[in-house]
Amino acid sequence: MARYFTDEHEWIDVEGDTATVGITDYAQEQLGDIVFVELPDVGAMLEKGKDAAVVESVKAASDVYAPITGEVTEANDALEEDPALVNTSPEEEGWFFKLTIGDRDEMEGLMDLKAYKAFVDEL
Amino acid sequence: MKAPNKSGWKPSMQSDDGMQSGPATNSGNRALMLEEPLLFEIGNTDMTGVDLPEIDPSATTRMGGLERVDSIGLAGLSEPETVRHYTRLSRQNYAIDLGLFPLGSCTMKHNPRLNEKVARMPGFADVHPLQPVDTVRGALEVINELAHWLIDLTGMHGVAMSPKAGAHGELCGMLCIRAALEARGDARKVVLCPESAHGTNPATAAFAGYTTEDIPAGKDGRVDLEALKARLGPDIAAVMITNPNTCGLFERDMKAISDAVHAAGGFVYCDGANFNAIVGKVRPGDLGVDAMHINLHKTFSTPHGGGGPGSGPVVLSEALSPYGPLPYTARTKDGVVHLVEEEQADAFSEEHSDGKMQSFGRMTAFHGQMGMFTRALTYMLSHGADGLRQVAEDAVLNANYVLRSLEDLLHAPYADSGPCMHEALFGDKGFGDDLSTLDLAKGMIDEGYHPMTVYFPLVVHGAMLVEPTETESKTALDQFIASFRSVAQRANAGDASLKQAPYYAPRRRLDETQAARKPVLAYREQSPPAGKPTLSEQGGS
Repeated sequence: MARYFTDEHEWIDVEGDTATVGITDYAQEQLGDIVFVELPDVGAMLEKGKDAAVVESVKAASDVYAPITGEVTEANDALEEDPALVNTSPEEEGWFFKLTIGDRDEMEGLMDLKAYKAFVDEL
Repeated sequence: MKAPNKSGWKPSMQSDDGMQSGPATNSGNRALMLEEPLLFEIGNTDMTGVDLPEIDPSATTRMGGLERVDSIGLAGLSEPETVRHYTRLSRQNYAIDLGLFPLGSCTMKHNPRLNEKVARMPGFADVHPLQPVDTVRGALEVINELAHWLIDLTGMHGVAMSPKAGAHGELCGMLCIRAALEARGDARKVVLCPESAHGTNPATAAFAGYTTEDIPAGKDGRVDLEALKARLGPDIAAVMITNPNTCGLFERDMKAISDAVHAAGGFVYCDGANFNAIVGKVRPGDLGVDAMHINLHKTFSTPHGGGGPGSGPVVLSEALSPYGPLPYTARTKDGVVHLVEEEQADAFSEEHSDGKMQSFGRMTAFHGQMGMFTRALTYMLSHGADGLRQVAEDAVLNANYVLRSLEDLLHAPYADSGPCMHEALFGDKGFGDDLSTLDLAKGMIDEGYHPMTVYFPLVVHGAMLVEPTETESKTALDQFIASFRSVAQRANAGDASLKQAPYYAPRRRLDETQAARKPVLAYREQSPPAGKPTLSEQGGS
């Protein structure tokens, strides 16, 4: 399994033909207490870089973008009941959705952990 | 700076340590600081404040089986109980009549009492929108005169008076743009919104059926013109720009932006919520704007927030005017002001404006917020054109005074981008460990001020947006700045006591997270103390 990151602070785990997407620990830290998460419908076609989900905190509502193109196969319904999971376990239990991998070439340009850490340190 | 409180009394004198000193009171009140129960907790359901006649037992119902059979459980309060309840609550509120209201992007300015006097004149206050037109000529004259002032001040071609507030005005403007595009058979799909735009802009575009895309801000806090130009094309219906923007900066490239958008076949929507900074100084029409809403409840001093309804007329360019909503007022050559509605629209348009009017429909049932029209026109006439120019100058001067009085203590990200407009923007860089913008805002409540806008705009980390408006005197600003500096110093020094603020408000820090995650939106009866019957046991069902 390989984990990649975007400059919009999403993480993406790639396992076989499926990718799991969430927001990073840095992102949840910046947003503060998450109060609402809107997830994409299963079966929705997502396009790389376009809106995929919405995350709302006490400070702001933000879009979560699709890091790659693909079809949503599963959404983390637990977040609708308990959005705080994004704060307590952003990079594990607080995942947002899973999708098929439409085009592996789109992984190019995503960051690995080291590159993302360096990117965040610059902010 | 010394506080101007000559008597020397402070709420903090009740205690030295933040705890209540002196004996506890039986009522829970502290002299005139009253604890007020909820309306439902005051009265009984078997009481009523109204003396209704007995129902004739032989009367038959004509409700067709829809009559209510159960009590609805409302407490029956007498008039004095009701008046006292709301008056007591109002004492715990904060309002522009109580003090400086520095809410950025909101233009909380004084509501002149002359406005109120004029709005209460029977000829304006007692009219009804369904009255025969011949009996409301004066009211129509006011709408038409105000429309002309708005057109003159903005250098535009037409105005839609009926939208009820800012976002409603945005929708009206975007529907005009959509109607104009559809009229030329152009199905453009995308609306561009800069990062520094008001949050309502993309929401409006989406509501009008468009997809939205961001345009990044440059390092100086203004729209990145090159990035905007690069994105323009045959799919762009419009660009929505807030000018002055939410970083408190004037978009200097506005004309170049408009020219580029027009060259690409799109329209320019300008969010006029911040018009207070430029009224009488800049005419948006000269900058190529096609549609802009004006918040009468901001720039033109009609009550804002809970104080009264908003009003958001939309000025329109020549290209968009034909598509504006009905009804509208128009003066014909004989000097008479007409109210043009659906029945007369085609004939009137044929006769007086070359048949160009192709209205998209209505925004509201009637003409708009008449009560706000009289207030706004009163404000304009009492200031005059030169007075309105001074409004903008004083508002900008006040904001710059705040900016320069705090930039040594607080991170001011665009302090080097030149003077700010009507609002000063700060960030949380430099705060001590664990302290946030929220803590500083709560500290301002203890200082006796409504906090500034926080965490907006999003482009600045821990943003604090301060808009003093022209209402404030230098003395009032100096007091505010002294308080702001004191709390900012505590934040920078990592003063942990700020985490617990406010100490002196009617309630301590509220749990905003829980309120958002598990909102309680309806009254829930608490389990009563032993021996005390619940409301429903007292008489409800």
